[in-house]
Amino acid sequence: MPEVSSQKSVVRGQRPEVRYGSGAEFVIEALIRASGYSAILFVGLILIFLLKESLPAFAEVKPEALFGQRWYPIEGHFGLLPLIGGSLIVTLGATAIAVPFGLAAAIFIAEVAPRWAREVLKPLIEILGGLPSVVLGFMGMLVLAPFIRVTLDTPTGLTAFTGSVLLAGMALPTLVSVAEDALDAVPKSYRDAALALGATQWQTIWRVTLPAARTGVLTAVMLGIGRAIGETMTVMMVTGNAARMPTALNALFLPARTMTATIAAEMGEVANGSAHYHVLFTIGIALFVISFAVNLVASAVVFQQQKRSQRLLS
Amino acid sequence: MRTFFLRCLAIIIVVALTACRRPSDLGEAAAASAIENKGSDTMVNLALAWAESYQTERPDVRLSVTGGGSGTGIAALINGTVDIANASRAIKSEEREKARANGIEPVEFVVARDAIAIIVHPANPVNQISLTQLSAIYRGEITNWRSVGGEDRPIVLLSRETNSGTHVFFLEHVLRLGKKDDKSLFSPDTLLMPSSEGISAEVRQNPNALGYDGLGYVTPDMKTLAVAQADGEPFVLPTIATVNDQSYPIARELYMYTLGQPSGQVKEYMDWVLGPEAQKIVAELGFVPVR
Repeated sequence: MPEVSSQKSVVRGQRPEVRYGSGAEFVIEALIRASGYSAILFVGLILIFLLKESLPAFAEVKPEALFGQRWYPIEGHFGLLPLIGGSLIVTLGATAIAVPFGLAAAIFIAEVAPRWAREVLKPLIEILGGLPSVVLGFMGMLVLAPFIRVTLDTPTGLTAFTGSVLLAGMALPTLVSVAEDALDAVPKSYRDAALALGATQWQTIWRVTLPAARTGVLTAVMLGIGRAIGETMTVMMVTGNAARMPTALNALFLPARTMTATIAAEMGEVANGSAHYHVLFTIGIALFVISFAVNLVASAVVFQQQKRSQRLLS
Repeated sequence: MRTFFLRCLAIIIVVALTACRRPSDLGEAAAASAIENKGSDTMVNLALAWAESYQTERPDVRLSVTGGGSGTGIAALINGTVDIANASRAIKSEEREKARANGIEPVEFVVARDAIAIIVHPANPVNQISLTQLSAIYRGEITNWRSVGGEDRPIVLLSRETNSGTHVFFLEHVLRLGKKDDKSLFSPDTLLMPSSEGISAEVRQNPNALGYDGLGYVTPDMKTLAVAQADGEPFVLPTIATVNDQSYPIARELYMYTLGQPSGQVKEYMDWVLGPEAQKIVAELGFVPVR
């Protein structure tokens, strides 16, 4: 404790001297501040651009038509529901696969695996995250899709589920890596205390370590979902792109068309300024809102958690 | 040591100077004689073969060919970013109006003919199908191969994306049987594949699949169905002979659109495309020559 306070006083003593003594300091500080604010500025500009390009859609297409169940833009059918449904079902499927597997992998690496295994496993999983999505999509189209058609006996292998499996594979590296870091950051004394009280290793992990790392684990899950909902190339190649309404649970094993794949497939073709063009930007807005909501929920949870831990400490 | 550094410096300066000079030379050459050619994926192999052959004959002319779909090519022509748009469908009246609004009058050339082949997995026992059956299948009224003489399997419908000229042609001439007032659409269960290769890959491995694609894209590892104009009419397989005598019912013209009446290099190229040498390439690639 005395050490820390003495350091502080040293810093305090030096600070004015550095600040006024060098103009470089001022410039660097301004640059850092500017780059920080520019992130906000860019998000704002992107939102303004999206709104500017998408708002005419509401004048050109009746709002109730946007909630139609048919997407066939070249004949003026602009129902967004099948696309939103497609994105949701693929993303939920991916989350349902990635979260249990990712958490299990993270717990194994952080808590169970011996040190050497951990040092091999973590970089390997992170390399998986570097695979280009178009390569994964190609493998999905030629290997995974036929496999799914034969084993699950679906009419075609190009289904929402195929997309979910591949997206789960893409979200896993992020999820495992971040969750493992969070578990690793839990102080050793927590585990020692639990074990000293007679808890088994499993009880320690499930009741002590995992709840203590909840914030980081949640961030990991949200980052994984974010990766899944924004992914384009892979889903375009393996989900079949049929804009059908998901009405029952079996929709997971039928083709689906996601919002991202729709924008990617159609943006190159539309005439600038047509209703179709504006509606594609409306889809962009919908995606923006969804990922914003996911981030908001994540940071709200993290914020709440912080307040709670602050309360505990005080 | 010092001389070594000087030599290095000299080499760097020489390299830098040559590097500085080259782009400007290239830029001038490109500005003088680059023809931008974009559009239909059906025609992209044909357009590339033409460009390669033309460039061996006329090395001074630079041609750049890209695909993306007929709609993409025409949109680029309307925006004035290409010299020639390839299209596997005729330009729509609204597209022509939009071009006029930009001060461009697209000029149409029929450069080849193409048959659309109906393709299935080689193990599918069905050999022939009528246009009315195809229409009912793609509307979603027939969903099992049993109804058209096959096994008891669901039919998986494959189509190109909506920006493909093949898609629009199929919608108008097969699904709607050429009726202008018919507003029926593809079944929502139709899989829209982003590329010809996507359709081929699925047809090769899935015995439930039914797809369509330009004759030039059919490979021996899929099966082509014979098509009848209506129930009771003869079933015809697509070949150059049956397309030219118009007995095969799903054939269409392939177009090139130029930015106004072509002149200079673009005119020379268009004349060559319609000449005997280029039309021989048309036949070699599985399309049908126009003259």
